[in-house]
Amino acid sequence: MGVKYQIRKNTYYDSVTLMLISKDVGKVEGVKEAIVGMGTELNKELALALEISSDEIANMAANDFFVSVMLSDDAIWEDVILKLDELLNKKNEESGMDYRPKTIETAVKYQRDSNIAVISVPGQYAADEARKALEKNLHVMLFSDNVSIQEEKELKTLAKEKGLLMMGPDCGTAIINHVPLAFANVISEGNIGIVGASGTGTQEVSVIIDKLGKGVSQVIGTGGRDLKDEIGGITMIQGLQALIDDPKTKVIVLISKPPALEISKKILNLASQSPKPVVVDFIGGDYEMIKSYGVYPSITLEDAAHKAVALSNGDMPVDFDRFTLADSKIDKIVDLAVSKLSEDQKYLRGLFTGGTLTDEAMKLLGDSLECIYSNIPLNPDCRLVDSSKSIGHTCVDLGDDEFTQGRPHPMIDPSTRADRLTIEAEDRSVAVILMDFVLGYGSNEDPVGAMVESIKYTQQKAEDRNQHVIFIGSICGTDKDPQSLEESQKTLEDLGVIVMPSNAQAVRLVKKIMIKVNR
Amino acid sequence: MSKINELFDQKISIVNIGLESFYKELKSQNVEAIQVDWRPPAGGNKKMISLLSKLKSK
Repeated sequence: MGVKYQIRKNTYYDSVTLMLISKDVGKVEGVKEAIVGMGTELNKELALALEISSDEIANMAANDFFVSVMLSDDAIWEDVILKLDELLNKKNEESGMDYRPKTIETAVKYQRDSNIAVISVPGQYAADEARKALEKNLHVMLFSDNVSIQEEKELKTLAKEKGLLMMGPDCGTAIINHVPLAFANVISEGNIGIVGASGTGTQEVSVIIDKLGKGVSQVIGTGGRDLKDEIGGITMIQGLQALIDDPKTKVIVLISKPPALEISKKILNLASQSPKPVVVDFIGGDYEMIKSYGVYPSITLEDAAHKAVALSNGDMPVDFDRFTLADSKIDKIVDLAVSKLSEDQKYLRGLFTGGTLTDEAMKLLGDSLECIYSNIPLNPDCRLVDSSKSIGHTCVDLGDDEFTQGRPHPMIDPSTRADRLTIEAEDRSVAVILMDFVLGYGSNEDPVGAMVESIKYTQQKAEDRNQHVIFIGSICGTDKDPQSLEESQKTLEDLGVIVMPSNAQAVRLVKKIMIKVNR
Repeated sequence: MSKINELFDQKISIVNIGLESFYKELKSQNVEAIQVDWRPPAGGNKKMISLLSKLKSK
């Protein structure tokens, strides 16, 4: 067993590229541990923890590239370097010969009609880059997280002064003039405008609008903290006003987790003055309070989409709180599924890649389950002590920060969830596994395919002990997304996964099953 | 008209700073985009960055 490393000074690659390459290098036979990355503090700590560090590694700068591995046999080192260079060369070839300016300032000189900066550099550098972009009069979508709330306030105040959009930090999705930015689905053009503070929540609403035959005019992301007291909803208010003034938008949808009370009032006041109908999903927010402002409150993300579509058609919206399938069919599905369970199978395990979808699931399951353990629990008493271990009913958001330190988000690389599922496979008390599959730009090229082996493994494990685990899923995707929606659905159904048309319906089905199981 | 509403009438033209996959996806959709060859300022050395930003603000 030996440690080998190589440092290449002043050679920079972005984090997602490197994490994916790191994974492939780790697969080379004989490699016990591997890091391929930049000399960031995090990577240096990681190397130390994995016992593959050295003084030279400890002294690297953030734009030095390194590979460090623990090998079962030193002779494998050559294979590692060959594999690494093959992957890096492939990446360089894909990058092509396009001109790459070193700074935003040069970029806007070269591409004179630039109007949006999409920024995804590491958090500690992100605010600086966003400020430079705003100063160059670019609207900004800031994908990076780990930006302080003080910096967010400063950036948004500057953007507001200049009349620019400052989407983010931690803004995962937007569709401007039908161009999907970062994580976004391909949605038909239409007259529904969305401002969303919740990434996958916004994706879910836009996808269902598309499935119902309508489309979007603009989808503006704000980042998850926009509606906190400290920020005051600056971006949501700007976005809402812009949609009110936009002649192509006829209906407006606002999506957020419940905002701070004062901010909520501010937003709803502006919405109440809109000559266009406004649908509001403050996920789990106060329905009657929202309604009192003369806007349309919604009970789920799916309901928000249904209401927006009804209003776009000139119809009166009604609450959508049911299944697409007839109740009799749903009852049959429930009866059949429950009949296959053994007596000791009692628990739900929700393994989510989307944070908002996790949150919505827990809110909809509400009081039907005693305590839903989570890394983002509704009830602080139900916080998982160790997020890597489920207990009782558990819903985990695998995209939360603690799971993404040094690893790509599970929407990019679903292996975090595949690994987690194989752990759940060992637990004979599990009755239902619930999962979301998010398609679209930004996401993995085959989010369903990446889970197939671990679903099969879990099914086999259950079968070996004469059990059957119920798999329920929903796909957040359209038939125009780069991944095939049809094939994704077929693959899941061929595996025996019950695929529901939305997160809300998947959760509703789980609820019916759990009530029956725990009766 | 506000700058945001002006944007709604413009052709989208992106400056991408960071993850290259975003740039590639935009290009694959024939969206005008340019990738900044970004790297941490001053090699990521915090002291140097702080000194540089002080110099720039003068």
